[in-house]
Amino acid sequence: MSLVETRETWIAVLALEDIPMPGARVLEGAAIGPVAIFRTEDQSVFALRDRCPHKGGPLSQGIVHGHRVTCPLHGWNIALDSGEAVAPDVGCAKQLSVMVENGQVYLSKAELAGVP
Amino acid sequence: MKKMKLAVIGNGMAGIRTLEELLKLAPELYDITVFGAEPYPNYNRILLSPVLAGEQTVDEIILNGLDWYAENGIRLHLGKTVSRIDRVKRQVITTDGIVQEYDRLLIATGSSPFILPIPGKDLPGVITYRDIHDTECMIEAAKNYRNAVVIGGGLLGLEAANGLKLRGMDVTVIHLAAWLLERQLDPVAAGLLQQSLEAKGLQFRLGAQTSELLANDAGTRVSAVRCQDGSETPADLVVMAAGIRPNTSLAEAAGLACQRGILVNDTLQTYDPRIYAVGECVSHRGMAYGLVAPLFEQAKVCANHLAFMGIGRYTGSVTSTKLKVTGVDLFSAGAFMGGEGMEEITLSDPVGGVYKKLVLKDDHLVGACLYGDTADGTWYFKLLREGRKIAELRDTLMFGESNIGDVGHEGHNKAMAMADTDEVCGCNGISKGTIVKAIQEQGLFTLEDVRKCTKASGSCGSCTGLVEQILMNVLGTDYSDTPTKKALCGCTDHSHDEVRKSIREHHLLSQQDVRQFMEWRTPNGCASCRPALNYYLISTWPHEAADDPQSRFINERAHANIQKDGSYSVVPRMWGGLTNPAELRRIADVAEKFNVPTVKITGGQRIDLLGIRKEDLPAVWKDLDMPSGHAYGKSIRTVKTCVGDEHCRFGTQSSMKMGVDLEKMLFGMYSPHKVKLAVSGCPRNCAEAGIKDVGVIGVDSGWEIYVAGNGGIKTEVAQYLCKVRTDDEVKEYSGAFLQLYREEGWYLERTVHYVSRVGMEVIRQRIVNDAEGRRALFERLLFALRGAPDPWKAQEAAGVDWKQFQSVRLATSAEGALS
Repeated sequence: MSLVETRETWIAVLALEDIPMPGARVLEGAAIGPVAIFRTEDQSVFALRDRCPHKGGPLSQGIVHGHRVTCPLHGWNIALDSGEAVAPDVGCAKQLSVMVENGQVYLSKAELAGVP
Repeated sequence: MKKMKLAVIGNGMAGIRTLEELLKLAPELYDITVFGAEPYPNYNRILLSPVLAGEQTVDEIILNGLDWYAENGIRLHLGKTVSRIDRVKRQVITTDGIVQEYDRLLIATGSSPFILPIPGKDLPGVITYRDIHDTECMIEAAKNYRNAVVIGGGLLGLEAANGLKLRGMDVTVIHLAAWLLERQLDPVAAGLLQQSLEAKGLQFRLGAQTSELLANDAGTRVSAVRCQDGSETPADLVVMAAGIRPNTSLAEAAGLACQRGILVNDTLQTYDPRIYAVGECVSHRGMAYGLVAPLFEQAKVCANHLAFMGIGRYTGSVTSTKLKVTGVDLFSAGAFMGGEGMEEITLSDPVGGVYKKLVLKDDHLVGACLYGDTADGTWYFKLLREGRKIAELRDTLMFGESNIGDVGHEGHNKAMAMADTDEVCGCNGISKGTIVKAIQEQGLFTLEDVRKCTKASGSCGSCTGLVEQILMNVLGTDYSDTPTKKALCGCTDHSHDEVRKSIREHHLLSQQDVRQFMEWRTPNGCASCRPALNYYLISTWPHEAADDPQSRFINERAHANIQKDGSYSVVPRMWGGLTNPAELRRIADVAEKFNVPTVKITGGQRIDLLGIRKEDLPAVWKDLDMPSGHAYGKSIRTVKTCVGDEHCRFGTQSSMKMGVDLEKMLFGMYSPHKVKLAVSGCPRNCAEAGIKDVGVIGVDSGWEIYVAGNGGIKTEVAQYLCKVRTDDEVKEYSGAFLQLYREEGWYLERTVHYVSRVGMEVIRQRIVNDAEGRRALFERLLFALRGAPDPWKAQEAAGVDWKQFQSVRLATSAEGALS
């Protein structure tokens, strides 16, 4: 990916090392609302809208384990790699694309703005 | 790719359940062919009795209709009997010459009624009671004939007799044993049952051996049954219900090892590795099961191995019997007959139709037989399986669970009396009807199943006992109890105790060590075990094992309580519930400065500021300049006090000072669950010490200490521990008790549940009688709490992740750049 394309498509949001592991940080100020950025113990990074499909709980505040997060409000488990609730619960938190380069986490500008 | 071929002999409940489980795991793996000797699709054999009694129709008891087979691409041969298995060519051959090849074969041939080898057994009018055909024969006979004899007073025999009676026949039951249902009931209970059946018009001949079936003059039909004593009973219909035999002839002819059943190992595999067997035809570890729950457990394991997943073993089932015979409830489990070295407690009310017998051996419940009132069956079965010591319960054991006090999560006995619309689970709003429906329609058998499927009892857990009872009432005998040893979570099979023991004995210091040492199934645990392991590590190895904030629930990570809208609440500490004008002024200033929408007095004599944004927390703490109240933690919460002898005209002791001292001593104490104390200055007990984890009540000559009370989910009165004289003793005794709980309680177990698990006797022994042990416990508590940092003030020492409070904002220029 060229630098130019990076500048136009992606936006740097925070440094990888600022996310606890395993854990999350929340990004405020995007048009689509708060975004939870997760870092798992195998060094993967995921981003979801910070709203549990159950009752809108802040997923960024949940306990992260494997590639899942447990919502702090009522304990729903959400798969980080799809945003889907783990059975038997049903629902989906919108997933966002993530790019990590040189210790910097980037999200898609279009997705943050809610452009389809 | 060509699919493997799976042939199934037997279209009954066990065989088809295995296929259902298999299709869930590997829907595309096999090309499946099923042979059923009966001309019906898979039906629920247990419900033949209601069909005979005219309460249900055959259509209603079909489990999987023909369309189910079609939808799943299963080739179904109905009314075809398999005559031979050719293991060399891997074929099964039916009587009419159909040849089906297989890569895997599943034998689920069930069992057959035992036909007494007596003269006349082949006469018309002599039948067994096993399938739809038999049931239809009986219904037909009831229309044309008058006298029926049922040979066998077991469950099946009694159901047949009851059904025939309801259809208008005169029925006599001839039974070899001295009392009815001799494998499920003791003579007294059986006598009560017999009386109630006799009142309905059934007749009985007990201890009678049938010697011959006599034909009518024309020799066209049975006309009477003759017993060995020469007596004759008229009979136009004879139902043989004298036991069942596993159908093993097919397997035996194919050379598979059989011994009162087809021998299988823990994966339900026979001696031919390509051939599996499940159900009533099977002999596993010397046991053949005739109840549905064990068969379904077998089906689950077998399907897993057929799907090449290779996990799971069937290790046998412990069963209890809960029956409803013609409207009478019966329950039995274990060694209900009693015997040498056993004691019996009985309650008998023949007029009221209630009889209960409990069999004890060495302080353990080993058997139970209940007639008429079986509400406590679940509880007795649980005590029996857990092998819990019942010395303390002995006096009240007979009166059931509700009489020992509703110990929090244990539930109560009202499941049967509830209406379908009554709410069972108050947390999730689940009614009894919803649970019953889920159990029936989705085939649930365990508490875990119900929790997963309906959420009932999945939150606070106080309705667990009730849900268990509903399960048992709906399933009757088919109820599978949750395993005795409770695994910590889905990541491991080890129990809380086993994990704690390993951490202690092997000096494990990190979660990774524990997971590796104890062979966790997940790389870094789950939301249940991570907080538990973290607590076990830091409580076992204080100042040594490092705390992991990322394994703590958000409240303990942010040191504030998360609210439904994602904001937080802040409760500053007020030692013993005492405050002063300066603190109140600061609290008022903070509430105004940060626009706190709600300020509330808590139940623990504190002030709660609700609706604070996470990023404001550090500033709020700084402005308050008060210690953390730990209202967010599985930790010491509050010590509630009354005014005491400083002001109160009745006060006998300085309760405020005692409360402040205790609270300062326990500051920063993490525990399996939250801990609340109260100190009252006189027996009027205005601080409500009777419902606290530790309650201290001043009397003229000193202090009384009570433990394991609870004012929450189920109110539980604290139990008297001891009386002490000095303030120092109060600290030592209550500290030692809390340390014991910290060392031995399971994560998320309140003191009330911990004490009810180990028994108050043990607590008294270790805290009151064993002075040396008590002092050692107290010292370990003080050591663990030494230098406990205040997370609101000493962030670094307390290991608080400070970055979480700094919000990350999207650069506005970037947003602009997009447009």
